[in-house]
Amino acid sequence: MMNIRRRTFCVATVAAVASTQALAPRPTRAQQRFESIFMFIPAGPGGGWDSTGRAIEQAARAAGLVGSFQFENVGGAGGMVGLPRFVNQRRGQANALIVGGSVMVGAGITNTSPITIRDVVPIARLTEEAGVVVVPPNSPHRDWASLAAALSTNPGSVPVGGGSAGGTDHIALGLILKALGRNPREASYVAFAGGGPAQAAILGGQVAAGISGYSEFAEQIKAGRMRALATTGAERIPGTDIPTLKELGVNVTATNWRGVFAAPGITPAQRQALIDLITAVHATPQWKEILAQRAWTDAFLAGDAFAAFLHEDIAKTETVLKDLGLA
Amino acid sequence: METLALLAGGFATALSAQNLLFAFAGCFLGTAVGVLPGIGPALTVALLLPITFKVPAASAFILFAGVYYGAMYGGSTTSILLNTPGESATIITALEGFQMAKKGRAGPALATAAIGSFVAGTIATAALTFFAPVVVELALKLGPAEYFSLMVIAFVAVSAVLGSSAVRGFAMLFLGLVLGIVGVDLQTGQPRFTFGLIELLDGIEVTIVAVGLFAVAETLHLAARHRYGEDELLPLSGSLWLTREDFARSWKAWLRGALIGFPFGAIPAGGAELPTFFSYYIERKLARRPEEFGHGAIEGVAGPEAANNASAAGVLMPMLTLGLPTSVTAAIMLSAFQSYGIQPGPLLFQTQSDLVWSMIASLYIGNAMLLVLNLPLIGLWVRVLRIPRPQLYGGILVFATIGAYGVANSVIDLAVMYAVGLVGMLMKRYDFPVAPVVIGMILGPLAEQSFRQAMTISQGDVTTFLTRPISAAFLAIAAALVLAPPVLRAHAASRARARSSP
Repeated sequence: MMNIRRRTFCVATVAAVASTQALAPRPTRAQQRFESIFMFIPAGPGGGWDSTGRAIEQAARAAGLVGSFQFENVGGAGGMVGLPRFVNQRRGQANALIVGGSVMVGAGITNTSPITIRDVVPIARLTEEAGVVVVPPNSPHRDWASLAAALSTNPGSVPVGGGSAGGTDHIALGLILKALGRNPREASYVAFAGGGPAQAAILGGQVAAGISGYSEFAEQIKAGRMRALATTGAERIPGTDIPTLKELGVNVTATNWRGVFAAPGITPAQRQALIDLITAVHATPQWKEILAQRAWTDAFLAGDAFAAFLHEDIAKTETVLKDLGLA
Repeated sequence: METLALLAGGFATALSAQNLLFAFAGCFLGTAVGVLPGIGPALTVALLLPITFKVPAASAFILFAGVYYGAMYGGSTTSILLNTPGESATIITALEGFQMAKKGRAGPALATAAIGSFVAGTIATAALTFFAPVVVELALKLGPAEYFSLMVIAFVAVSAVLGSSAVRGFAMLFLGLVLGIVGVDLQTGQPRFTFGLIELLDGIEVTIVAVGLFAVAETLHLAARHRYGEDELLPLSGSLWLTREDFARSWKAWLRGALIGFPFGAIPAGGAELPTFFSYYIERKLARRPEEFGHGAIEGVAGPEAANNASAAGVLMPMLTLGLPTSVTAAIMLSAFQSYGIQPGPLLFQTQSDLVWSMIASLYIGNAMLLVLNLPLIGLWVRVLRIPRPQLYGGILVFATIGAYGVANSVIDLAVMYAVGLVGMLMKRYDFPVAPVVIGMILGPLAEQSFRQAMTISQGDVTTFLTRPISAAFLAIAAALVLAPPVLRAHAASRARARSSP
C-alpha cells in the first residue's frame, strides 16, 4: 500500500512541479473551488486521455480554480485496467476525477468486464473528434460514391485499416456497412496497434481504405498522401471541405468523445460541485486556447444531459458491437 | 549540399550552451533509466512532457532525443554486469555480456558495447540525415504479409539461442509464445488467457518476464546454492579496455549491427529487439570460433549493441519524415510536438526545418557525449562486481522490484515477475535456456497479428505470402537458412567419402 502511494506521489510531484513553473503570474486564489483534485488517467502518459487530464489541470490552475492536482496513470486495455482500480480505491472521494470516453464504452462491452463506465458518475463531456474515411492517393476510388459502391457490392473485398478491434474506428465502419444495407460482420477490418502502423499501412497501399480520428490523418491529408472521402461527424470539420457521411446520404454519425467522471458513492451536492468546477474550467480563456492549440473540437455537455447522452451512447455501441460479433 | 547547409544550421542551434546542457541532461537521465530495469525511455519522456509548457521546442526535443539514445547505452550496462537487462532491446546483450563479465572481462564487454553504440549511432544518424525519405518509402512497401515472412526468418534466427538441447530450447520458445498471447486480442478485442484478472488484460510486459527470468532467477539460484559454495567474487582480470584482438573481432560486428539495425527502426513492426536477434544470429554464423558463443564471445555483445542503437536512430526516420511513430517513445515524442502546436507529418521537414535539423544535429552531439560519459564510467561500473554477492544480488532484487513496479504501478506485475523468477530458477537448475522464452514473447504476437492482418487483407488466401515478391524473397531466405547447412554438410560428407574410397 505504502508503495502505491509513494509512486503516485512521485508521478504527481513531477507533473505538479513542472506545471507550477508554467504559470507565469501567480493568479488570485479568491475563486478557488477545490483545494486539490485527484485526477486518475486510465491510460499511459502522453495519449489523448492523459493530455485531456493535464489540459484541465493547466486551465484550472491558471484560473486559480483548484489549488493543486495529483495524477495517477494506470494504462491498458482501453481504460479497463485503470477503471476498476479507480472505482475500488476512490469510492466516495469527493475530489476524485477520472478521464474517459467512447473508447472506454466499447472496451467495457467487448471485454465483458464486471466494472464498466456505468460504475462511475458522469460529470461532463469536454471534447469530441470526428472520424475520417481515407484512401491511399493512388486508389481507384476518387470519391465516396465509388468506395461506397465497392463496399455495398462486396464488403469483404475492401480491406479497411484502423485502430484495435471493437474500438471507435471499427464501430464507425460497422455503422457505415449497416447504413449501406450490408451485414457489419462482412467487413474486412484490419486492426492495427495504434495510429502509426495503421497510417503506414494506408500510406503504403496495403489496405484499400482507412478509418480513424481526423487528427491522426490530418497531416497526411494536407500533404496529399491520403485522400479524405468523408467524415463521420454531424458537421464538417472546420477548415476542411470534406463532406460528412450525412451529406453524402449515409445516415451515420460516430465521434470519439472524451470527458470526465467522478467516483461512485458521492452525494448529489458533491457531484454538483464537480460539475460546477468543470463548467468553470470550460469557461476559462485558457481552455479555449488549449482547444485551439490542440485542434480539439469543443463538445461540452455537463451533468444530467451528459448522463442521458452516455446512456444512449452505451446502448448504441452495444448494438453495433453485437452486429460486429464482438459482444 | 543543401542538406549539409541545413545540418550546419542545426548544429548552430544545438551547440548553444543551453541546448548542450539539455543534451547532457537527456543523455545522463537516459543512461540512468536505461540502467533501471523496467523503467524505459517511453515512460521517462512521458514524465518529462510537462516541460514542454516551459522550454523552447528545440531544447525539449534535444532533451528527449538524449533520453532515447541514452537508454540504449544504459540498458547494456546492467545486462553485462548483472545479467539484468535494463531494456528489452538489451536482452540479447546479456547472453554473451554476462558470460564475459563472469570471466573477468566486464571491462572489454562494456567498452565494445559503448564504442559499438557510438559507431552504429553515428552511422545511423548520418544515414538518417541523407537517406531518410528513400528508406521510409521502401519501408512502406512492406505490409503485414512481409512482416510475417520476416518473422519466419526471425524464428530461424532463434535457433542460435536454443542452447545445447533443441527439445528444451523449443519447449522454452513455446512457453514464450503462450505468454505472448495473454491479453486482449488486437483483431477481435476479446481477452485471452487472462483468467479473469483485469491486470492481465493488457498482456504481460516483456521486460517484467525478462527481469524475472534473468535477475530474479539468478538471485534465487544463487541463494539456493549459497550454502554449498564459498562466496567468491567475480574475477576482474586483464585490461578494462579492448585488446587488439577484441577490437579486431568487434569492428565488423559493429558495422554489421548498424546495417541491420537502421532499417528495422523504419519498419512499423520492427522495434529495437528484432535486429538484435538477427545480429546475434549472424555474428554466431560468421564467427571464426562459434563454439565461444554462450561462453562470452565479444562479437555477441558488439553486434546486438550496435544494432539496437542504430534502430533507435531508424525510428526517428519515419517520425520526422512522415509523422509516423514506430515505437512507443516516438509516439510520445509526437504528442510533445502537438503541445507546441506543431502537427508532425509529411510536411514537418518543410514547416519546421530549423527544429528538425537542430534535433538531428543534437543526435550527433548526444552520441559523442554518451561515449565520453560512458567510457570513463566503465572503471566505476566494473567495481560494482566487487560488492559481495549476497549484498549485490539483494540490491539487484530491490532495483528489479522498483523498476517492475514502475512499468504500470501494478502489484500483479510484481507477482508475475517473482513467479517467473521462481520458474527461471528451476529452468537454470535443470539447464533450460531462458532467452527463447523472451524471444517467443516478442516474436509470437508480432507474427500472429501480421499473419491475421495479411489474411484479412487477402480475404483468406494463404498464397499471399508467396505471390507478394518481397514476402516470397523473405521466405526463400528463411528456407535457405534452414536447408543450406544440412545440404552442404551432406555434400561435403559425400565428397569426403568419395575421396577416401578410391
